[in-house]
Amino acid sequence: MFDLDKWQEILDTIRANKLRTLLTGFSVAWGIFMLIILLGSGNGLANGIEYQFRDDAVNSIWVFGGQTSLPHRGLAPGRQIRFKAGDFAAVRDGVDGVEHITARYYPQGSLTVSYGSEYGTYDIRSVHPDHQYLEKTIVKNGRFLNEVDQEQFRKVAAIGQKVEQGLFKGRSSIGEYININGIPFKVVGTFEDAGSESENEKIYLPISTSERIFAGDKRYRNIMFTVGDAGLVESQGIAQDTRAVLAQRMRFSEDDERAVFVRNNVEEFQRFVSLMAGIRVFIWVIGIGTILAGVVGVSNIMMIVVQERTREIGVRKALGATPWSIVSLVLQESIFITAIAGYFGLVLGVFLLELVSENLPASDFFVNPNVNLQLAIVATVLLVTAGAIAGFFPARKAAGIRPVEALRDE
Amino acid sequence: MIDLQGIHKSYPVGKGKLHVLKGIDLHIGAGEMVSIMGSSGSGKSTLMNVMGILDDYDEGEYLLDRHRIRNLSERKAAGYRNKLLGFVFQSFNLIPFKNAMENVALPLYYQGVPRRKRNEIALTYLEKVGLVDWAEHRPSELSGGQQQRVAIARALISEPKVILADEPTGALDTTTSYEVMAVLRDINREGTSIVIVTHEHDISHMTDRLIHLTDGRIESDEPVPSPVDPRSVAAAAPGVAESA
Repeated sequence: MFDLDKWQEILDTIRANKLRTLLTGFSVAWGIFMLIILLGSGNGLANGIEYQFRDDAVNSIWVFGGQTSLPHRGLAPGRQIRFKAGDFAAVRDGVDGVEHITARYYPQGSLTVSYGSEYGTYDIRSVHPDHQYLEKTIVKNGRFLNEVDQEQFRKVAAIGQKVEQGLFKGRSSIGEYININGIPFKVVGTFEDAGSESENEKIYLPISTSERIFAGDKRYRNIMFTVGDAGLVESQGIAQDTRAVLAQRMRFSEDDERAVFVRNNVEEFQRFVSLMAGIRVFIWVIGIGTILAGVVGVSNIMMIVVQERTREIGVRKALGATPWSIVSLVLQESIFITAIAGYFGLVLGVFLLELVSENLPASDFFVNPNVNLQLAIVATVLLVTAGAIAGFFPARKAAGIRPVEALRDE
Repeated sequence: MIDLQGIHKSYPVGKGKLHVLKGIDLHIGAGEMVSIMGSSGSGKSTLMNVMGILDDYDEGEYLLDRHRIRNLSERKAAGYRNKLLGFVFQSFNLIPFKNAMENVALPLYYQGVPRRKRNEIALTYLEKVGLVDWAEHRPSELSGGQQQRVAIARALISEPKVILADEPTGALDTTTSYEVMAVLRDINREGTSIVIVTHEHDISHMTDRLIHLTDGRIESDEPVPSPVDPRSVAAAAPGVAESA
């Protein structure tokens, strides 16, 4: 029930002790301020890490060819391991748990790309249609490469936004033909990549077409696939299976770490996730500690307040104040001061974070420090609880005051 | 109104205990004006605290307005104090950050009377003690006599059966003391019992009955032969007329 009179009482006492209330409030405001800053920075760090992983699917496994370092079945070490279409198919069909799979093939030599009189040099990747899922490629217009392109060796291309801007100068590129080393490719789609700028300067071609046209040595640079929602252990199993399948086909020892390099992003991501969890725990411990210091401060000062008001409380009791009315007076005052001061600290903290967020020079490791609504609610609950804890002992002390002792004239 | 029978009270002092009240039998009727005297350590303040339900007693029986006062819960004690008793203290004990009117209204706050109404009532009681013009003043802006009159108005506002005054004039000069006694006498005439603890003979002779306490026992309990009317003394004292 809202008791206006009680609030009047509380406001009166606060008004009577402005400086003390201010100092008390400051310790709490500072605690919450620090917690918000810490948590916000933690979020910034977490966002930074997420930003690091934004480019590629975090549930992917990348396989690169290397050089054998162990003799195997009469074969001397030092052989180059390079994947071909058959190896790709073997992984696709022979490893359980593979979701989207693609290979990457880079045509040899530098290729010039032109449209009309516009020329440019762009990175050209020949890939399978599933590549879209591995790079988090977002199609803006048209479509990405598909299976039909692949089967029919179509001369089509999906180009990055930057490529379209560079070659088409603002016009639509869909359905137009670009020349790659003099060979026309029809643009079927443009895309955007959440990754770095250079990811938007790519041109994707169907790997079958590319192999046929640019001949090359038909060797893939790498094979990459996603593993769905496999957990850490599962993904490690899949990586092991992949190595085994390739070792079998390409005749190298399964123990040969340098024959193929397997990068398990699930593992990498997991490492950062647990790192972040650690940082988060650390931040909360520090933050709660800071708030606790504030709470002890409030409690201390409320203790002094009760001490100072012993006589007043005695008088109130003599006039008919029930113990509960005294307890709630102290408790409410404590919660009120903590909540108001804490809220002030909260707002100040959020404000500072926003300011930093707005003016922070771009950094890959610290991105968009912020606090979310959920956190603000948690902080509010924390504040009221803190206020109640801070007020509890002084209130109990106040309730225990015997009017006789309080009123003694000596 | 107040019925005490064989009241014993002792305080622990170190390992032993200090026996303060050693069997008090006392009856104070409605409308009486009684003073209690005694040297310090005679137990008069302890007796006052027992009567005021500010302190418990060890043995005996205490009836206040036919209510048995024994081992009450804090809540119940607070209720009795609020409804049956009014307190006046030597050091006034007004709440410093509240003005006179709010101080007077405080007992009604604990009765749950709405703010506007209790302030209204408080003003009528301030009028009774002649301080209605000082309603908005803080205690620190009032003289000792004025503060004590505010305290009396506060004791009166809940229309108690008994007013307990512990050395009400102890901190006041003679002239102001008589003014305060005049106010108390007026209240008594309206039917409220008043118990005054004092060590000043002139004050005790303004009451109708004088109880002497020595060493925790009632030494004498007799009516005052011809009670002095504080108003006549106050009028005779110089400089009172204009300040009253």
